[in-house]
Amino acid sequence: MERKTKINAEDGKQEILITREFDLPLELLFKAYAEAELVEQWMGTKVLKLESKKHGSYQCETTDTHGKVLLRTNGVIHEFSPTRKIIRTFEMENTPYGVQLEIYEFESLNDDTSKLNMRVIYESVAQRDQVLKLPFAYGINMAHNRLQDIASKLNISQ
Amino acid sequence: MNLRRDVFQAIADPTRRAILLLVASQSMTAGSIASNFDTARPTVSKHLQILTECELLTQEQNGREIYYHLNPNKMKEIAEFIEPFRKMWDDRFNKLETVMKKYKSK
Repeated sequence: MERKTKINAEDGKQEILITREFDLPLELLFKAYAEAELVEQWMGTKVLKLESKKHGSYQCETTDTHGKVLLRTNGVIHEFSPTRKIIRTFEMENTPYGVQLEIYEFESLNDDTSKLNMRVIYESVAQRDQVLKLPFAYGINMAHNRLQDIASKLNISQ
Repeated sequence: MNLRRDVFQAIADPTRRAILLLVASQSMTAGSIASNFDTARPTVSKHLQILTECELLTQEQNGREIYYHLNPNKMKEIAEFIEPFRKMWDDRFNKLETVMKKYKSK
């Protein structure tokens, strides 16, 4: 099966390219990024704030089943062009990974499918490499599994 | 996690990547490796030390000479290191697709 999600991280560069084709019309794909309620469902995180507009900002919080905060993320939105493009920053609070710049480009492939091109630029090559390795690190894996637990529970309760 | 001495730190440097390419074709001594570079011999030694510490290279004593070999298993680890990251995004996007398909059919 062809891989739907592709990652391109060239050696020595401080950016990552992520591309993905979706079995979704462009409008629906974009909506998944624009509305707090939908972001909560697929990211498995609580969206404390999401202002989908230029100069807007967002903040998310992930908790474990006991309500203990595992991770808070936030950023500001620099461009918000419906069904076309989002430029925003992203930061994991209280971590050494710095602030990353994220450029999302959405495009329609046909009436039922669409594509997301995501370019993520880090403060340094070292920080990019650390983030790339995150899924390797045990603690983060645990957090991720926890995320999936929460996500699957959300699913059942719907 | 010792970030200074892991494989990813090691391959971030262009000289060290060049050394790995050289040694990939045949085992070499520090001297013959250094002769391929304009950099000072101690600098090359330092690079070899880092590559050895993170197990990308292994040393073998042959008479008076030490030969450096490539460790293919460790190299494989680098080739595959991006896969967990890709998988994480793939899972996330699959979830997005599922959520939005449900949303659409509502």
